[in-house]
Order: sequence, then C-alpha cells, then structure tokens
Amino acid sequence: MPKDHLEFEKPLIELEDKIKELKQFMQEKDIDLTDEIERLKEKSERVKQEVYSELEPWQILKLARHAERPTTLDYINLICDDFIELHGDRNYGDDRALIGGIGKIGDQPLTIVGHQKGKSTKDNINRNFGMAHPEGYRKALRLMKQAEKFNRPILALINTPGAYPGIEAEERGQAEAIAKNMMEMARLKVPIIIIVTGEGGSGGALGIGVGDKIMMLEYTYYSVCSPEACAAILWKDASEAKTAAEALKLTAKDLLELGIVDEIINEPLGGAHKAFKESAELLKEAILTNLQEIQSFSISEMLEKRYDKFRQIGEYIEHSRIEVNDEQQDEVVNE
Amino acid sequence: MFKDWFGSKSKYVTVKRQKEKSKEKKKKKGKGKGKGKITDELWTKCKNCGEIIFNKKLAQNLKVCLECEYHFRLNSQERLNLLIDEDSFTEFGEELETVNPLEFPKYESKLKKYQEKTGLDEAVVTGEGQIGGHRVAIAVIDANFLMGSMNSVVGEKVTRVIETALNEELPLIIISGGGGGARMYEGMLSLMQMAKTSAALAKLDDAGQLFISVLTDPTYGGISASFASLGDIIIAEKEAKIGFAGPRVIKQTINKDLPSGFQTSEFQLEHGMVDKVVGRKEMKDVLVRILDIHSLRGEVNA
Ligand SMILES: [Zn+2]
Repeated sequence: MPKDHLEFEKPLIELEDKIKELKQFMQEKDIDLTDEIERLKEKSERVKQEVYSELEPWQILKLARHAERPTTLDYINLICDDFIELHGDRNYGDDRALIGGIGKIGDQPLTIVGHQKGKSTKDNINRNFGMAHPEGYRKALRLMKQAEKFNRPILALINTPGAYPGIEAEERGQAEAIAKNMMEMARLKVPIIIIVTGEGGSGGALGIGVGDKIMMLEYTYYSVCSPEACAAILWKDASEAKTAAEALKLTAKDLLELGIVDEIINEPLGGAHKAFKESAELLKEAILTNLQEIQSFSISEMLEKRYDKFRQIGEYIEHSRIEVNDEQQDEVVNE
Repeated sequence: MFKDWFGSKSKYVTVKRQKEKSKEKKKKKGKGKGKGKITDELWTKCKNCGEIIFNKKLAQNLKVCLECEYHFRLNSQERLNLLIDEDSFTEFGEELETVNPLEFPKYESKLKKYQEKTGLDEAVVTGEGQIGGHRVAIAVIDANFLMGSMNSVVGEKVTRVIETALNEELPLIIISGGGGGARMYEGMLSLMQMAKTSAALAKLDDAGQLFISVLTDPTYGGISASFASLGDIIIAEKEAKIGFAGPRVIKQTINKDLPSGFQTSEFQLEHGMVDKVVGRKEMKDVLVRILDIHSLRGEVNA
C-alpha cells in the first residue's frame, strides 16, 4: 500500500484496504466472503474509472509530482535491453539530477538523457530533486552530439520541477546552458524524441526539450512556471495555485489542443505509479512507433519539419497591409 | 498557432510611413520626455547616490547620473536613438496584435494598461537601420512593457528579425532588457518562443552570420535563457542585472543572503558569461568597431 497517497485516491485506497481486510478475515475465520469481495472489487474499479475520468488540472499536477512515479532510470531499466550510464560534462562535473547514457531497445541503439528524481528524501537530496545545474545540461549536450556523431537517435525524458535556482548555477551560466541546448537540439542531424514523464518545469524542461516529437504521459504537466509561483506573482497568494493550474493550460490534453504536444501516451488506470511495467510498455511502444515515422524522412526533411514545428508556435492576429497591392508594396520596400 | 485573420486595421500601410513615424519620434530626442523612472517632472533623484538631477541634463548625459554614473533604464525608443544613425531606422513587424489565447484572467486589461503607459503595442521593437554606416537588423526588448516578457508576438517578431538578417545577410543585434522571462499569461505558448527563437538563431549561425547580443538591465529568465545568451559576441551594459533565476527565488530556495554584486554585468564578466562590459556612452562606438572588423571578414583567402 502506498505510504504517500493523494486526496482523491482516498476512497480507492479505503476500498482496497477493505478488500484486504475481508480476505484476511476469510482465511482466519474460514468463512466464505467471496461474493462480498467480488462486489467490493467491482465497486473499486467503478470508483477508479469515475475518479480518473474527470481529474482536474490540479489533481493531474499532484499525480505528475507523485513521489512513487517511475523515474527516468526506472523507465530506462524497464524499456532497454541494455543501458550504460555515462557521466560528466568534461568541464566541471557530473550532475546527478540529469543523467544520460547509451542503450538499446532490441536492435535499436539510443542515446538517452533525462532528469532524475530520487525515490526517498535522502535519494532526492542526492539527485537535487531532479533540478539540474548547468553541467547537467552540458553533459546532455555532450552525449547528444556524440549521438549525432554515431548516428544514434536521441530520447529525452523530462521530469523536473525546473532548473536549479542557486548561486553556483548562476555562476556557471544556467541561462547559457539551457539556451545553447535548445539551439543545438534544433539542428542535430539525428531523430530526437521528447517525452514528459512527470513534471515539465519551464526552462529546466525545455533545456532538453527540442526535438521531432514531443509527447506527454497522460498525468503529467508542462508549464511556463509552477502554478504556485504563478499564483504568488499574479494573485499575490500561493493558495490560488489551483486557479493558476487551470489558467495556465498545462495538462497534456490542453497542450495537445494548443498544438504544442504531438501525442499523449496513456497511463494505466490509477496512474503510472500503480503499474510500472505496463507504463513502460506503453512508453516503449510510443518511442518505437514515432522513431519509425521520423526515420522515414530524409535528414533534411526531418530538420525542416522540426524547425517548422517550433516556428509555427504562437497565437496572434496578423493584420494584412490591405489598400496597397503587392506590386506597389514591393516598390516601397525596394526604394 | 499562426492565425491569419485579415483584420480591419490597416494602420501600417507602407514601410515609408513607418520611416516618417520614426523621424517624428527622433525629434523628441534629448527633451527628457522618456518614460519609466524619469517622469515629466523637472528633476529626478538618482536611485543610487540620491543626487537631484535636472532632467534636461540627465537626458543630455544619456540618462547616466552625472554624479555616480548610475545608468537609468532606457526605453526602446531611447535605445534606438542612442545606437542607430539618425534617420536610418525602419521599423517592421507592427502588424502583429497580441491576443489572449488561453483566456487568461485579466490579461487584456494588463495589456491595455501597458500599451497606454508605454505607447507600444508589445514588449519589442524590431526593424533595420544603420550603425556607423553599417546596415543591421535590430530588435530591442522594452523592459517597461510587462517587464519585457516574451509572449507569442515578441517571439514571432524576434524570429522574423532573425529571418530578415538571414535573408538579407545583415548583422543581427538584439538588445535584451526584460525581467519578466516567458510571459505567464500565454503559458506554454510563451515558453516555446525560447525554442523558436533559438532554432532561428541556429540557422543564422549555420549561415555564418554575425549576431551581437547586448544585455541591459534587467535580463532574466526566458530571455536570458534563449537568444540573449546565444550571441557570437555578448556585451553587457555596465551595472545591469543579468541572470537566469530572479534573486528573490534564489534567496528563497537556498535560504541565504546573496553576495553583493551578484548577477551584475561585472559578475557575468568575471564568470566568463559575457565578452565585455561597456558603459552606455561607449556602447555605440564598441558596436561600430565590431561591425567594422566584422565587415572585413573573408579577405584573407580571397
Ligand atoms: Zn547617482
């Protein structure tokens, strides 16, 4: 039973506890409660369906941050037939909050980079809660350039509250590290698949977030800033975070509608943390399908599509310069 | 997503009209009518040394304190007046209008307030002009408009100026000055402008063209973590505040006081993040010299 469950998971967990209790009771007292147990199991499934079919953005955010969600390394271990972690940015150090390495799924070689959160408090301190320093982004870039050299596709798994805001991160150029990665990822000559597996925290996520396909797991978010920060700034009240979570349009569904995300990868009912293997299977399938699609293009087509994908993001009204026909306008411009 | 709604507004009919418009604005130069910290009152108190300065004198001194050299913030028009050769500026991209794509509460009223306050449509002015006789494509982020934050229109205008530089083989100069980062009101549409502008700069870089990034007070967040940090040459104006995360966020996170001089231009120079720190009065001269040297490229193997 999870130690750390969410408010809306409570009725489910109560039902599950009850079922366990009855099973134990049945064994101990040798009474047949099979019908009763079956009835509760059905009810539990029904409640689950209901709860998870109408989650609010705020609840999705809670699931995305769930301490028991599979981490990047969990997914890698479940998806890959082999994986070797590679360390260091060759300049300053090794960032444990952003990991990377080479591996294979079947005969498909991959370079994988991703934010790494911890499993326990101690582990999380070691991983800096998945908040990378500049050397993390620079390590990722080193490995991605290596991927380009050896013609290996790149998989980037995003799961971070944000890039770390600290003195040393500033001294070592956090802004430059993120900016550089975006510029380079835009032109790397190998397929790049981006998947948000938990938290997509602003620039910290985008630092490994430019590629041919952007996918999000069902119960994840991707946002310009945390709803808490947004609420504190705009409503001067962090308790308005629920309102902000809605206003920011940060869920996978919202971002698919906005044309920012290409695909939503479904999670097992109850969330990825309830079924690691099944989640990893769904992730693997999405990776291989999309990879096949990207690989069907020539490199120049792929790069053009990648550029256009980002080039067209943004909403505004463009007023035409009517009253002047094209010829006249050309004349004016060429004066 | 790009929406081509052919609106009824046709204010910007020809490029020529915009030329005239920029001339009109030029005439205001040196009359102390700048917005922001310095109001229409006759006197201004220096934020740094407390000196009371006659506005006319302050404007003549390029808004640099006569006593302590404190650099008051410039708006985009003052910045262009400072850097661009007289009567050589042509503004473009003005036909883009900001919308409220997420239907974010109170966004429209915020926009209206800043449009009235600054006389600008958005937080960036783009165009082309000459600096010391060198034709350049230029964008100036105006920190007075919603903290110089980047939204769909700002990202689009910056991308278009990069594309103009690319297509017309012009050196590109972007003057950054915005503490707002990616604008919250447009959510992920704002954040993705960081990727969009960076991708456009990759093309400019591939084409072997020059991009000079000038950082002015303040340059933070989504602006510093995209085009502002990607210049071939990065120049910081003296004593500007430049960083990724804002000082308040850092202080909250680490629960410690920040060292003095943290995130200043001089701090960035010391940590190898900018090429040069330049005072306002020398800024144009330095740009001209870079453009001069750069214009000589390619002669070696000819
Ligand atoms: Zn002073």
